[in-house]
Amino acid sequence: MEQLFALAADNLISPIILSFALGVAAALARSDLSIPEAAAKALSIYLLFAIGFKGGVSVADHGIDGTLGLALLAGVILSAVLPLVAFGLLKSMTNLGRLDAAAVAAHYGSISIVTFVAGTSVLESQGIGAEGYMVAVAAAMEAPAILSALWLVARGGGSGSKGMDGALMREIMLNGSIVLLVGAFFIGWATGPAGLAEISSFIVSPFKGVLCIFLLDMGLVAGRGLRQGGGILRPGVLLFGVLMPLVGSVFGLTAGLLLGLSTGGVALMMVLSASASYIAVPAAMRVALPEANPSLYLTLSLGVTFPFNLTIGLPLYVAVAQMMTGG
Amino acid sequence: MQTHKAKRVEITIEAVMESRLTAALRKAEVTGYTVLPVLGGSGRSGEWDRAGQVSRASGMVQVVCIIKPERLDALLDAAFEVVERHIGVVTVQDCDVLRAERF
Repeated sequence: MEQLFALAADNLISPIILSFALGVAAALARSDLSIPEAAAKALSIYLLFAIGFKGGVSVADHGIDGTLGLALLAGVILSAVLPLVAFGLLKSMTNLGRLDAAAVAAHYGSISIVTFVAGTSVLESQGIGAEGYMVAVAAAMEAPAILSALWLVARGGGSGSKGMDGALMREIMLNGSIVLLVGAFFIGWATGPAGLAEISSFIVSPFKGVLCIFLLDMGLVAGRGLRQGGGILRPGVLLFGVLMPLVGSVFGLTAGLLLGLSTGGVALMMVLSASASYIAVPAAMRVALPEANPSLYLTLSLGVTFPFNLTIGLPLYVAVAQMMTGG
Repeated sequence: MQTHKAKRVEITIEAVMESRLTAALRKAEVTGYTVLPVLGGSGRSGEWDRAGQVSRASGMVQVVCIIKPERLDALLDAAFEVVERHIGVVTVQDCDVLRAERF
C-alpha cells in the first residue's frame, strides 16, 4: 500500500499530470488560454504516429508469440461486454433513460487512446516493459462497444436509434485515429529498430513534451466541459464516472492474467478497459443516436473519467499489475 | 446592373453530419454549395467551442446553398431528411445574384 501511495504521488507531480491540471484550472478560472483546433489535431497525429510506430518496433524487436491473436480477441470481447456492464450499472445507479444510458455505456466499452499513451509513458518512466502489440489491441477495442450500445437500444424497442448503416460502419472502422495508429504500427514493424534509429530524434525525444502540451489542451477542453455541462451530472452519474473505470480495470486485469501478459501488458489491458472514449464514440453516437444527450456523455467521459484515470487510475493499475504479476 | 432573384439556404449542422448532408444535396441535384467552419456557439444543447477539439463530435459546420426559387422545396426536402433529428438550424433568405445561369 505504501508503494501504491508513493507511485501515486510520483505520478501526480509529473509534468504530464501537472500540464493537464493547469489546463483544467485555466478553463475553470475562465482564462482565455486555448490551443487552436488545428494545433490540437497536429499534436494528436504526432502522438498516435509515435505510439503506433514504437509499438511496431517493439514487435519487430521481440517477435510475435501466440498471445497476439488471443489478446486481440480479448480486446474485442472486453469492448463488447463492458458496455453491457456499464449499462447495468447506469440503470441501477442513475435515472438515465435507455437511450442516454446506452450512449454513455458505449464510451466505457471503447477506449481513450490518450489515456493509453499516458499509461505507456508512466510504464516507460518506471522502466516497465509491455507487449508492443498492445497498440493493436487498443485499435481493436474502438468499435465493438458501439455495436453493443446500438444493440442495447434496439433491444429496448429501438426508438431514437438510427441504427448502423454501411457509411457509419466505414467511418468507425476507418476512423483517422485507427488508421494512423495501425498504419504507424505496421511501419514500425516493417522497419524495426533500424527505422526507429532513423527518426528517433523526432518521435522519441520530444514525445513527453508534446504529450504535456496535448494534455494541457485536454485539460482545457475537460475544464470547459465541466464548467458548461457539469450541472447536468447528478451524483449517481458522477459516481458512475469513477466507479466504472475501476470495474473495467478488474475485467482488464482478469483478461491480462488469463493471457499471461507481462506486468506492463496487464497494466495496459487494465488502462484500456478502464478508459472511456471521447473521440471515436461521441462522433458515432451523434450519428447513430442523435437524441442521446451529448453534453452528458462528453462531460462524463472527458471531465470525470479521464482526469480520474490520469491522476488516480494509472498509478493504481500499474501498482495492482505489479502486485498480481510479481513484476 | 441586372440582377436575378434567388434563395440562399443556410444549414448549420453537426460536423459529423456534413458528408451525409452534402451527399443528400447532390442526390437532389443541388451541386453548388459552400461549407464554412463555425467557431462556436450556444443553443438548446448547451455551449460549445471548437478550440482545442480533436474530435468532430462536438463541432458544427455551415452549408450555404444559393439556388433558383423553384428548386427550394426539393432542397429543403433533401436537407430535412438528414437534419430532422440532429442539432442544427436551417434558414432561408431571399437574395439577388448577378449570373442566374450559374444557379
